[in-house]
Amino acid sequence: MLYAILCYHREDVVGAWSKAEDDAVMAKLAMVQEKLARQGRLGPVARLLPTTAATTLRKDSEPPLVIDGPFAETKEQLLGFYVIDCASLDEALETAQDLGRANPGGTYEIRPIGIFRPGTVLGSKTENAAT
Amino acid sequence: MGVPDMAWIDAALRAARPQAIGALLRYFRDLDTAEEAFQDACLRALKTWPVKGPPRDPAAWLIFVGRNTAVDQLRRRRKQAPLPPEEMLSDLDDAEEAVVEQLDGAQYRDDILRLLFICCHPELPATQQIALALRIVSGLTVPQIARAFLVGESAMEQRITRAKSRIAKAEVPFEAPGPLERAERLAAVAAMIYLLFNEGYSASGNGDGAAMRQPLAEEAIRLARLLLRLYPAEPEIMGLTALMLLQHSRAAARFDAEGALVLLDDQDRSLWNRPLIAEGLALIDKAMRHARTGPYQVQAAIAALHARAERPDATDWAEIDLLYETLERLQPSPVVTLNRAVAVSKLRGPEAALAMIEPLAPRLGGYFNFFGVKGAFLLQLGRKEEARVAFDQAIALANTAAEAAHIRLHLDRLMRDNTTAAR
Repeated sequence: MLYAILCYHREDVVGAWSKAEDDAVMAKLAMVQEKLARQGRLGPVARLLPTTAATTLRKDSEPPLVIDGPFAETKEQLLGFYVIDCASLDEALETAQDLGRANPGGTYEIRPIGIFRPGTVLGSKTENAAT
Repeated sequence: MGVPDMAWIDAALRAARPQAIGALLRYFRDLDTAEEAFQDACLRALKTWPVKGPPRDPAAWLIFVGRNTAVDQLRRRRKQAPLPPEEMLSDLDDAEEAVVEQLDGAQYRDDILRLLFICCHPELPATQQIALALRIVSGLTVPQIARAFLVGESAMEQRITRAKSRIAKAEVPFEAPGPLERAERLAAVAAMIYLLFNEGYSASGNGDGAAMRQPLAEEAIRLARLLLRLYPAEPEIMGLTALMLLQHSRAAARFDAEGALVLLDDQDRSLWNRPLIAEGLALIDKAMRHARTGPYQVQAAIAALHARAERPDATDWAEIDLLYETLERLQPSPVVTLNRAVAVSKLRGPEAALAMIEPLAPRLGGYFNFFGVKGAFLLQLGRKEEARVAFDQAIALANTAAEAAHIRLHLDRLMRDNTTAAR
């Protein structure tokens, strides 16, 4: 079964990491991801840009309202996600714990996926979805 | 999460700092008391958090603990010397719940803005504003700031103390600001953040304390993101943040291995930082939707056109020329016209560009870049001797070794050409 692991953290804290600290965390996460990839269990991985870059479309009005910033004002923000193939919730929790050891602080929401389509943009835009 | 590691605690304290000191300043109305209270709370956090785990809201914890410690100290001092500074205890009646409640309200937004704003006191020279912001808001140590500004520690200590005493004498506005005042404060803070950014950005690739100064650019970006989280719908704050992100995205490409400045056209664009560019472009797109233009947005839009060009010859110079025209209207300055001339040289050739900058000479006669640009135009026109004179003047006015090295490359090339021609 596919699980989404949604990564929440205080973005002001993550933003206060030095570049060296950030690089160290990313390197440790990459090792966990490599292991998952070797096992054939790693789906898409995304790190989101800061919520200040977000725009929200509220569809409960007509026409929909465009608002600057993220959907919800929360203490911790959605900063990224993984899609991982796991046999059971136990395995999903174990994977989340592996990732958690590489990345201090914050919270993971482990959520089974209903419909998954891998899409077509992947490949050429890997690594830097930027341009 | 269980026991947090020290790196996380450190980052949490740094992240909570502006909010916590801002709130403590509101309680005690005295910068030194607020700073001390925060320091005390941090010491307690370093003892408590590794054992008990981090609090749900680090800033609220630090404010509560810091406030209690400072109140205790004030009470003790009051017993020793019966001079109760009653006004220092204003706002202290409210209970803990109220503190946490206020943190969620608009009040803490004003706290952070006030804290940043007092660093921008108009009587303080720019260097003092920046030093003070780095000390108070960012929490850099005096030795760290001294290294970044290439001055001795005691000189920097003095500079900060002087700035603080000036502020203590000035009227710091503690009532919640009205909309107009808030806009003025935002503008002053934005200008200070951009100054801070430029301190880091202008540092050269090696030497000149560059390694110490470049983090200043990152700190400026962090403060801008903080401001934007507080004011998510302010297009000029989006513009400022985008401008800095887009300029900083080129950091790795701006200097060659010898530390000489590399101009935009000659930069290796594969070294540009793509996530920073993506964030910058997203912000300028968002800002444009507000249709309330301003100087930061226009400059960011220009930087965005460079960022979007995969190769130098794919740059939309016509659009850049139009944007500079807008900027000349919004913020007339000979430096803006000089920059526009570069776009004009691409569109209509060096002759037109040269004609455009010649009238600027009286006002830009002491400006490195004026002679660098003039020399480049003259060189394109084949007027080598005049170009050499302009480059010589540029070198004499260079602010950094990197600028001088960049011009020297031009001169070396001229010399080589001359020798070849003479043969």
